[in-house]
Amino acid sequence: MATIAATASGAHEAHEHAHYTTTGLNHRKIAMWAFIGSECMLFGSLISTYLVYKGRSVVGPFPHEAWTSPAGQVFKPILNIPVTSMSTFVLLMSSLFMVLALAAVENRGKPGYEGLLGSSKFWLAATAAAGATFLGFQAYEFTSFVHEGLTIRTNLFGTSFYTLTGFHGTHVAVGVLWLMTMLFIDLKRGLTPKDAINIDIMALYWHFVDVVWIAIFTLVYLIK
Amino acid sequence: MATSAAISTNAHAASHSSEQSGLWSWLTTVDHKRIGVLYLYTALFYLLVGGLEALLIRTQLAKPNLSVVSAEMYNQLFTMHGTTMVFLVVMPLSAAFFNYLIPLQIGARDVAFPRLNAFSYWVYALGGLFITLPIFFGLAPNGGWFGYAPLSGPTYGSGFNMDFWVLGLQILGISSLAAAFNFITTIINMRAPGMTLMRMPMFTWMSFVVQFLIILAFPVVTAALFFLQFDRFFGTNFYVTQAGGDPLLWQHLFWVFGHPEVYILVLPAFGLVSEILPTHSRKPLFGYNVMAYSGAMIGFLGFGVWAHHMFAVGMGPVADSIFSLATMLIGIPTGVKIFNWIATLYGGSLRFPTSMKFAIGLIAMFTIGGISGVMHSSPPSDLQQTDTYFIVAHFHYVLYGGAIMGIFGGIYHYFPKITGRFMNESLGTWHFWLNFIGLNLTFFPMHFSGMLGMPRRIYTYDAGQGWDLFNMISTVGTYMLLVAGFVFAYNFFTSRKRGAVAGNDPWGAPTLEWSIPSPPPEYNFAQIPEVTSRYPMWDLKAPDRTAGIAHTHADAADIAEAHAVPVHEETKRKTAKELGIPMPFPTIKPMMVALGIIILFSGLIVMHAGKFPLAMATMLGGAAFMVGSLYAWLTSPLE
Repeated sequence: MATIAATASGAHEAHEHAHYTTTGLNHRKIAMWAFIGSECMLFGSLISTYLVYKGRSVVGPFPHEAWTSPAGQVFKPILNIPVTSMSTFVLLMSSLFMVLALAAVENRGKPGYEGLLGSSKFWLAATAAAGATFLGFQAYEFTSFVHEGLTIRTNLFGTSFYTLTGFHGTHVAVGVLWLMTMLFIDLKRGLTPKDAINIDIMALYWHFVDVVWIAIFTLVYLIK
Repeated sequence: MATSAAISTNAHAASHSSEQSGLWSWLTTVDHKRIGVLYLYTALFYLLVGGLEALLIRTQLAKPNLSVVSAEMYNQLFTMHGTTMVFLVVMPLSAAFFNYLIPLQIGARDVAFPRLNAFSYWVYALGGLFITLPIFFGLAPNGGWFGYAPLSGPTYGSGFNMDFWVLGLQILGISSLAAAFNFITTIINMRAPGMTLMRMPMFTWMSFVVQFLIILAFPVVTAALFFLQFDRFFGTNFYVTQAGGDPLLWQHLFWVFGHPEVYILVLPAFGLVSEILPTHSRKPLFGYNVMAYSGAMIGFLGFGVWAHHMFAVGMGPVADSIFSLATMLIGIPTGVKIFNWIATLYGGSLRFPTSMKFAIGLIAMFTIGGISGVMHSSPPSDLQQTDTYFIVAHFHYVLYGGAIMGIFGGIYHYFPKITGRFMNESLGTWHFWLNFIGLNLTFFPMHFSGMLGMPRRIYTYDAGQGWDLFNMISTVGTYMLLVAGFVFAYNFFTSRKRGAVAGNDPWGAPTLEWSIPSPPPEYNFAQIPEVTSRYPMWDLKAPDRTAGIAHTHADAADIAEAHAVPVHEETKRKTAKELGIPMPFPTIKPMMVALGIIILFSGLIVMHAGKFPLAMATMLGGAAFMVGSLYAWLTSPLE
C-alpha cells in the first residue's frame, strides 16, 4: 500500500486516499482480474469434463432423452428447460441490478439518484434477492431431479451435472453473502463514492459468475 | 489506513522494528522478507525430509532383493519423495525468493497484499504437516506423486493414504494460488517509477511468468482433485470405469497442470541464474529481451505439451505427432536461454564464488536433462523409455540439476542480503563439488539401468539383469548428496552469526536490491527509487559496463536526478516510524484462517473413518472458524 514516490511528508497526505500504483488501478481490481482468469480454467475443466462425459452414462436418467430401465421403469428426459430459463432470466437481471447498484454508489447525492431507484441499498438488496432466487430455483431443480431418480451417484451424467452446476451455485452463494455484507455496511454507515471500488470489484465477480452460467445454460441445457 | 493513524498507534509502530524476534512476531509477521525467510527455513526442513525419503529408497535398491523397508512403506516413500520435493521443497524455495526479492527488485516496500502473503505461508506450512505427518502412522499417500485414478480412487486405494494426498494437494493449491494473485498484482502495480517491464530484473521476469502458470495450471488440477475427492468421499463416478468413466480423464487433467508445473519449478531457478551470471561476469545479461520473451514462450508452449506424458496410452498418430512437435518446439526457447547464459559468460571478467559455480553447474546439468527430454519427445523412442529409470534420470537432471542447483546458487548469492553476512566460501566449494559429483553419481547411471529395462517404482529386483552395478553407484551417490547436505547446513547455520560481514552490495551487482542495507530495514527503501535503466547500480558504480548497450544505460543527468539519495546506508538505524512510512500491522488472523481450512479438510478424513456426526461437527466448526477469522481479518485495518 505504501509505494509512495514522493519524499515530502505533505505528499504522503496527498496520496493518503489514492495510493500510488504503477498502472493507476486499484490492487484488488487487478487481483480480481487474475482470479477471474484462474476461475476460467476451473470452470473450463468442469465444463470440459461434462462435455467429454456427455452420452457416456451406462444407465439413465438422461438429460435430453427418455430411458427405460431394465426393470421396465420409464424415466422422462430430466432437464426442465422452461423452469431453468426462468432462473437464467432472474440471474441475468441480477447483473443489471448490480450495474445500477454500482451507479448508485458512484453517484450518491447527485441529481437523478434520489429516491428508491437511486438507492444503492435497494439495488444491492435486489441483486442479492435475485441471486438467492436463482439458488432457490437450483434447490428446487436438484430436489425434483433426486425425486425423479437422479443423484450424484446414479450415473456419469448425474456426477458431472451436479458437480458443474453445484460449483456454479456455490459461486453464486458466495456472491450473495458478499452482497449481503456490502448491504449491511450500506445500512450501517452508508456507502459513499469512495466505496465504489469495493462494489466495482464485487460486480466484476458477480458478472463473471453470470457469464459462466450463460455458458453452462447453453452447453448443458440448450444443446442436445 | 491513514498515515497519521499508523504513526500515532505507537504500540504497534514500536513492535515493527526489524530487530524484533520471538515466536509471536514470527507467527504474526506480514513483512514479505520475514515471510520469505519462513518459507526458506520450512522448505529446507522439507528438503531434509524428502532427502531422507530418497535415501531410504536408494538404500532399499542398493542391491538385489533387499528388504530394508517393507514394500508398502516403499510405496509411501516414493510417493512422498515426489510430492514433498515438488510441493513442499522446490515450489516453496522459489516462493522464498519471490517473497524476499520481488519487492526489493522492483523498488517496493512490500507485496500488494501483505496479509494474504502471510496466509499463503501458513496454508503451506500447515498443509505440509497435514500431508507429511501420516507417514509416521504408515498412512502416507502411496499411489505415486501424480496419483493416477482409478488407482487412487476408492476401489483400489481404499485406505486413508490417498485421502491425505488428495486433501493435502488441495490445501497446498490454495497457498500457491493466493500467492500468485498477490505477486501478479505486486509486479503489475507496485513497480517504482521508471521501472518499466523491460527494465525489470530477469528474476522478477521469470517469477512473473511463473505466477501466470500457477493461476492457469492449478485450477485444472483443483478440478481433477475435486473429482477424485467426490469419488472417494461421496461415491461419484468420475473415474469409475464400470459406470463409463474414462481413466484417461485424470491423466489429461493432471498433466495439463503437471507439465506447466515443471516450468513452475524450474523458471525461478533460471531467473536466479540470470542474476548470478551477469553479476559475476561483470557484464550485462546477453540478450535480455530474448531472455524475457523465451521465458514467456516456455510458459505459453508449456500448456500445449501435456500429452507427451501419455504417449504410452495410445492416443493415435495425429495426437502423438502434434504433442511430439510441440515438445520439440519448446526446446527452442530453452536452448536460447542456455546459449544466452553462455554468451553472458563469453568475454566477461569472471569470478567464481560458490553461487557462480552452482549457476554454471546448472547450465551443464540442465542441458543434459534437456537433451534427454528432447529424446523422449519422440513417441517411438518414448515408448521404450516410459516408466523406466531413464525417465527418472531425465527429470532429476532437470529438477535437481536445474531447479535445486539454481536455488542453491541463489541461496549463496542472496545470503549476504538476507543475513548481512557471507557464507563460508571454502565450505561452499566443498558443498558444490560434493553435490555436483553426488548428483552425477546418483542420476547418470540411471540412464543405463533405465535403458536396460529397469522399471520405475519397483520395490526390488533380481540379480543378473545388468542393473546391480548401476544401482549400487546410484546409492553411493545419494549418500554423497547427504554429506553435501550436511556441509551446506553447517555452513548455513554457522555463517548466520559468524560469517564475514557483507555491506549493501557485496558482489557489485547491478539491481535495486543491492542499493539498500543488508539485511534490509523493514520498509526496504527509505526513499522509493527512480529507475532510469536496467542496471541502476552499475550506472553509479561501473558505467563502462553498460555503455553502448541499448536500454541498459542511463545518462549522467538522469542518474544525478534519480539517485539524489542513492545509498540508503545512513537510514539503516531509523525506524519506519521515524521516517513516517506507514507499515502494515502484524496480525495472527491470516494464520487462523489457514488453520480453519485445515480443520475443514480434516473433517473429511473423520468422515472416511465412519464417524459422520463428528465429521460434520469438524467441518462446520472449521468452516465457521475460517469464515469468522476471515471477516475479522477483512474488517481490521491494514496499516
